[in-house]
Amino acid sequence: MAEQRVSYTLDSTLETVDSAEEKATNIATELGFGEDEVMQISMAVREGTVNAVLHGNAYDPHKKVTLAFERKSEELVITIRDQGKGLDLSKIPNPLAPENLLKTSGRGIFLMRSFMDVVEIRPSKTGTELKLIKHVHGPSAGGKEASQ
Amino acid sequence: MSMKISSRQVDGVTIMDCSGRITLGEGSVMLRDGVRELLAKGQKKIVLNLADVNYIDSSGIGELVSAFTTAKNQGGELKLLNLTKKVHDLLQITKLYTVFDVKEDEAAAVKAFK
Repeated sequence: MAEQRVSYTLDSTLETVDSAEEKATNIATELGFGEDEVMQISMAVREGTVNAVLHGNAYDPHKKVTLAFERKSEELVITIRDQGKGLDLSKIPNPLAPENLLKTSGRGIFLMRSFMDVVEIRPSKTGTELKLIKHVHGPSAGGKEASQ
Repeated sequence: MSMKISSRQVDGVTIMDCSGRITLGEGSVMLRDGVRELLAKGQKKIVLNLADVNYIDSSGIGELVSAFTTAKNQGGELKLLNLTKKVHDLLQITKLYTVFDVKEDEAAAVKAFK
């Protein structure tokens, strides 16, 4: 897999969410990830972009979301940045806790962590940077099971 | 593919046949409105047939939870029918599979209402 980087600057809209998901699907497919892994990558990107558009930029038309895909030899690195106030990770409840199971939101980061090999969230006063990494597994490794 | 919902009656139970994607935006709103409309009309035995739902995101999962609790809070009952593997797996990892009453057979789902 040749190293290559592509980035996009996107509006804070619902269309951006669908567009980001589609780009992720196409790139992951081109890189040869299996069907399940493509779904996991595209869903993680969708969830990350939803957070950037809704919770970060709050649909503000003056704020942008940047999405970058970096193809490295052994991994796909995806970076999503917003221009919001940043989030307090300590205030994000565990969606698997019994008292949270019937909550209607709060599962996005959990799903990203379930589907990707590495999830890094760097909140700051100028926005949040989310880094998602999926390792390229050899043919014998097959699809990666979802993990906590 | 956007979401489509059609409803039919079987032995006093409303089957909502859903197809497409239940995601943030239109899909989630359609599901929410559809369930609330049924409950407002007094149709409180609801089965969501998800056989043709090929994609669901965290907002869609939240909408399923909302439909389930809204029905319950109004004295109704909502069951899920015919989950695709993707939706099944998502409900498993979010530990919601055992929260919902999930059925694989429509006749059994209808019969399961008290």
